[in-house]
Amino acid sequence: MKCCQPECGNEATVHLTEIVEGQMKKVDLCEECAKAKGVTDPQGFALADLLLGMGASSEIEAGGSDLACDSCGFTNADFKKSGRLGCPDCYTTFAEALEGMVKQMHKGTEHVGKAPKALQQARTTTRQLESLQVRLTQAVQEENYELAAKLRDEIKELQKESAA
Amino acid sequence: MDLKDFLSNAAEVAGRESKDDHVVLSSRVRLARNVKGRAFPGRAKKADRVETCGLIQPAVSSLSAMRGGYSESMANLKALQKQLLVERHHISREHAAKNAGSALVINKEQTVCVMINEEDHLRMQALMPGLQLKQAWRKIDKIDTSLEKKLEYAFDDRLGYLTACPTNLGTGIRVSAMLHMPGLVLQEQVNQIVQAVTKLGHAVRGLYGEGTEALGHIFQVSNQMTLGESEADIVERISKVLLQIIEHEENARQTLLQNKPDELFNHVGRACGILSNAHIVSSKEAMNQLSLMRLGVVMNLLPDIEKSMLDELFLVTLPAHLQQLAGEKLSGEERDVHRAVFLRERLRGTKGLQLSE
Repeated sequence: MKCCQPECGNEATVHLTEIVEGQMKKVDLCEECAKAKGVTDPQGFALADLLLGMGASSEIEAGGSDLACDSCGFTNADFKKSGRLGCPDCYTTFAEALEGMVKQMHKGTEHVGKAPKALQQARTTTRQLESLQVRLTQAVQEENYELAAKLRDEIKELQKESAA
Repeated sequence: MDLKDFLSNAAEVAGRESKDDHVVLSSRVRLARNVKGRAFPGRAKKADRVETCGLIQPAVSSLSAMRGGYSESMANLKALQKQLLVERHHISREHAAKNAGSALVINKEQTVCVMINEEDHLRMQALMPGLQLKQAWRKIDKIDTSLEKKLEYAFDDRLGYLTACPTNLGTGIRVSAMLHMPGLVLQEQVNQIVQAVTKLGHAVRGLYGEGTEALGHIFQVSNQMTLGESEADIVERISKVLLQIIEHEENARQTLLQNKPDELFNHVGRACGILSNAHIVSSKEAMNQLSLMRLGVVMNLLPDIEKSMLDELFLVTLPAHLQQLAGEKLSGEERDVHRAVFLRERLRGTKGLQLSE
């Protein structure tokens, strides 16, 4: 079997198998490529690259080496090694590293679709406020003060409603 | 209740006919959810996992949709029972490896299964025969909606449902269908289909996942992206792709019959011959030959054999099912002999290939 790295025709001697979501993933590497990827030391192997796409581990590293989640103690190194996060709050802790990754692996960077009912009202209000704010700025720029005043009142009304 | 008594027998499962099941074997929609303020299962300590599981399991099993279902801790299931659940596609291989602190809940009709503390706190799926993605989505959507009244989910206004792996972020939805594509395999057109489907942002895998060969000519097509597109759009998009694949597969079968009839008859006829006469049959051989017989049945070449019987045999000749039937643990070699005996018995008296002149 040949090494799976591009432009490397050497015989593969290192074979890795990992079960991810019940799916078996296999990687075959030659001695040299294995060393280059740090695979000889299984602890140092970045599963993040396999799971989240090549380059993911360097994005995680760029976030800083001493980053740790306040809620669960998960570190940059843990993320790089496992390719997964420790708790919901990790999404805030590692937001910077995640931003580029999410853009690459998904269709968009903002959730569209279902939301828990309890949060739906708040979501709609936030969206409405955002859109009104955009229209307000535009109205001011166009010196359409009549419309601007109307929009400003609408925003105030909506804010009062959601606060109540 | 014992799992064995709860699960429908293989014949019942195989007997559930539905639309487009000549090509689409089953449709599945899975949602990943997590509870707010708790570490994901991979990070949580055992005591925390047990606590989270103790919170989620009763919430799930008390849903009206799960009434009369099966609810059990993974710690109380034996290895063989877990494997049986994997073979039925109720749980993932990963979940089968779990013990205390993880659980599963299956509804009475066995169309919904909720895995607790797999990679996420909740992995809930609706599994239905044939092409029924929209129905499966509606079913699991309802369960998710009633569950959110009992559990506070980890949800971010911008990122949506938060999951242990960023690949599931947003909707947390995985929509997949199991496809039987012997025509495209025999016509050597599978790679083209795989490439086209991958280009559209969907994943194609073999029966047991990436990197594994497509045993029994069965492929799994699923969405890759979960963020930035609504659930309904994801379901719609993949449904359209599936309809095209079905068309290609049906065309490949007809082309085979018209242009290379001898090759087709040879495959189907040999499959009948092997399975009716062999004394040692491996799991892989059984899958591949049963697949060719299934092709023969849906193309009306094996008039005295029912498709549902082949689907039943496909299930029953899997390792855990075979051992459950035998009532004892069997080694690999013993299984191959048992499998052959079983297949010979069930196929005895069938006429095999019947070509109308």
